[in-house]
Amino acid sequence: MIRFEPRSETPVVLLVMMPVISACAALALALVILAFIGAPAERAAGLLLQGAAGSVFALTETLTRATPLIFTGLAAAVAFRAKLWNIGAEGQLYAGALAAAAVGSGAITLPPYLMIPLICLAGAAAGALALLGPVLLKARLSVDEVVTTLLFNFIILLFVQMMLEGPMKDPMGMGWPQTAPIIDEGMLPKLIAQMRLHAGILIALGMVVLVHVLINRTVLGFEMRAVGGNASAARFAGIPVTATLVKTGLISGALAGLAGVSEVAGLKGYLTSDLSPGFGYSGIVVAMLAALNPLAVAPSAIFIAGVLVGADTMSRSLGISSYFADLVVSLALLSVLIGSLFTRYRLRWIRAA
Amino acid sequence: MNATGSAVPPSPVLKLQGISKSFGALIANDAIDLELGAGEIVALLGENGAGKTTLMNILFGHYVADSGQVLLADGVGGWRELPRGSPQAGLAAGIGMVHQHFTLAENLTGLENIILGVEPWYSLRSNRGKAEARLAALMQRTGLAASLDIPVERLGVGERQRIEILKALYRDARILVLDEPTAVLTPQEAEGLFAAIRQLAAGGLGVLFISHKLSEVLALSDRLVVLRGGRKVADRPTAGADRLMIANLMVGRDVAPERPDKANPGEAVLELADVRAGAGRNAVADLSLTVRSGEIVGIAGVSGNGQQTLAAMVAGLEQPASGSFRLLGTSGDASPSALVARGVGRLAEDRHRDGMVGDMSMTENLVIERRHDQHFSRFGFQRRQAMRQATETAIADFDIRAPGPEAPLRLLSGGNIQKLLLARALTGEARLILANQPTRGLDVGATSEVHARLRRAAASGAGVLLISEDLDELFALSHRIAVMHAGHLTPAVDSAGLGISVVGLAMAGQAGPEFSGCSEPMREAAA
Repeated sequence: MIRFEPRSETPVVLLVMMPVISACAALALALVILAFIGAPAERAAGLLLQGAAGSVFALTETLTRATPLIFTGLAAAVAFRAKLWNIGAEGQLYAGALAAAAVGSGAITLPPYLMIPLICLAGAAAGALALLGPVLLKARLSVDEVVTTLLFNFIILLFVQMMLEGPMKDPMGMGWPQTAPIIDEGMLPKLIAQMRLHAGILIALGMVVLVHVLINRTVLGFEMRAVGGNASAARFAGIPVTATLVKTGLISGALAGLAGVSEVAGLKGYLTSDLSPGFGYSGIVVAMLAALNPLAVAPSAIFIAGVLVGADTMSRSLGISSYFADLVVSLALLSVLIGSLFTRYRLRWIRAA
Repeated sequence: MNATGSAVPPSPVLKLQGISKSFGALIANDAIDLELGAGEIVALLGENGAGKTTLMNILFGHYVADSGQVLLADGVGGWRELPRGSPQAGLAAGIGMVHQHFTLAENLTGLENIILGVEPWYSLRSNRGKAEARLAALMQRTGLAASLDIPVERLGVGERQRIEILKALYRDARILVLDEPTAVLTPQEAEGLFAAIRQLAAGGLGVLFISHKLSEVLALSDRLVVLRGGRKVADRPTAGADRLMIANLMVGRDVAPERPDKANPGEAVLELADVRAGAGRNAVADLSLTVRSGEIVGIAGVSGNGQQTLAAMVAGLEQPASGSFRLLGTSGDASPSALVARGVGRLAEDRHRDGMVGDMSMTENLVIERRHDQHFSRFGFQRRQAMRQATETAIADFDIRAPGPEAPLRLLSGGNIQKLLLARALTGEARLILANQPTRGLDVGATSEVHARLRRAAASGAGVLLISEDLDELFALSHRIAVMHAGHLTPAVDSAGLGISVVGLAMAGQAGPEFSGCSEPMREAAA
């Protein structure tokens, strides 16, 4: 018989190795499934690796894909630290993207050193606003934010589609539901010639450091963690719980909004309603894989992005459905959840009596 | 019953043999032997961390012992080993447990709670009639009366506890384990419980009784077993033992009996007059009370009589609906942060729920109330060095046993957690201290340290409002005592002239002439 016994403390080695082991376990399980459907597992693994990191092109593609995931991963990590279950990063991403397109596609023209910050601010503000409603509902009327943030995703996406078909439709777009392109001054510069990698990754990495400092070094971050750790003790100690939740929500929404900005103004150049293949939801996996540690969000996002990009290559070469990538990401989330069980509990085998 | 060692030894029903259990380096149980006879009442004593809980968890199959056996009499003179790690096997073998925190479904009636889990899930109609008849007979036989047909949430604690016991008996328990059964009862209710337990034991039930309260142990048990540091240090008949002797056995050193120091009351630090606040069960009315600097005022009462609301007001979590409420001479902003800034130190009643963030470090928990102090933060950034130094000072001053200032607070024992929270409440110049159940769940050693701190704080000029259910504690510390019942507070009277039974009666709503004038609010000046 197997029993779980709580650990009084967790070895640091285990805490560090848990995500790594979980990631490897997810890949191994995925290969088992590949073998099951008859694909040559060894070749598949090679293709996956090659597609994710086998060349400069592959690497830049992985980093490009990681950029929005870092933003949405940080958005989830910040919110989850305060036990604000923001499942709405997808909607906040679109809100940010919409604001970026509204400000950046010719309405205002400024030199790049002003234009880019302006677009970023607009997107961040829109993302923050998109989360404000659910947070206030939670704080004032204790409405479950899991439900509201999730449903807001659909509302915002439908709103974006409405704008794309109506007021913000590109008159030069030959009838496609898309916005006018972001003006050149507003586009994030490419980092490497001929590649798609753009300056969004630098902003993302900057945010990783900022969020790390915020959470671990500032009084506000301390208050956020205290509210997440034990809201009633936080209230007893004089921490304004509602205000802290609102601030957390604004920061989380802003980060998710920046993901939309970076996709529109860094990669695509205009907004369509298929901008994000679920970056908002994958951000949750990224944050969980990083154990909500902001510094770990970057490697975690790069890993998930590598899986997505590598699986693309692999599925094209082997003729396997590209949903395979989603499978690996889901396996990674499950592995992390199971792995975190082992950091809190010790497994004991006992002989049956 | 064979309270004073009758000639016939009880036939044993339960034997624990050589139970050992360790968690990492910590040896929680070290070769413990324990025997329980039919009809015998055995008290299991020990400080927190002595190994009582571990031993009971092994008995119930929640933990698996590293070595040793749990043996049950099979009724025909032989012994049967209880399968390890199987709570179901324990239940089936007739081990019943009444937990300190009741495990009743609040929205179900007593009857439904009792038969819950006994009826097979596939049975289409429940045999309520049969169950009712059986329970009626059981209540008749044991004297445990309880109303079975109204939802448990509408019953008082004493009645809920009787339902818990009936639940165990309904499952044909031969052995009943009671974990701190009187923690929530008035002295009168406790007496009733003891009478029932004695009757059950007379009927052949083996009772294992876990308690911190030495007077109860002496009154009820036939035999007492003391654990200390995971070992059994005493196993003797209760007859001939006394309080001080048991306390010394538990702590392993001499414990001096406590008396309050001389009071030196100064100006008023807390003044309530005709305060009304709270709602429903927690409503309070006509509260009048004054606490002066240099004195400890104790509030006695069974929990749930309005102490929660009184404490919430002094902690800054609730505002009075009417009446005059003056803290440290002003009736201004009384939010938690404003109170902390003005020098009110607060200990939460439920330290795990309101006092601490278990996953955060000791350091973070220590500075949480003063996080905005110039000393601990600058421009919104925390000054970790200063924070850590403050924690190291607190660890040294308050003799806190901990792995280090960065250890998560939840890893500490209850006593050490409370010492850290006390350090937090007493830092700076605390002029009013709210000590709400300050030693609940603490062992004898930690309790006496907490008491010493509160006395010292009062001696150096702080006013202390002590809210406690533990009468021994109230009498050991308080200069004046008031009793709270059903949302009303008696005047606070000098504790020197009060008897425990008088306070007990007032806790049950029958305040005697000692608390004269409690029907109409009396001004403190008269006290």
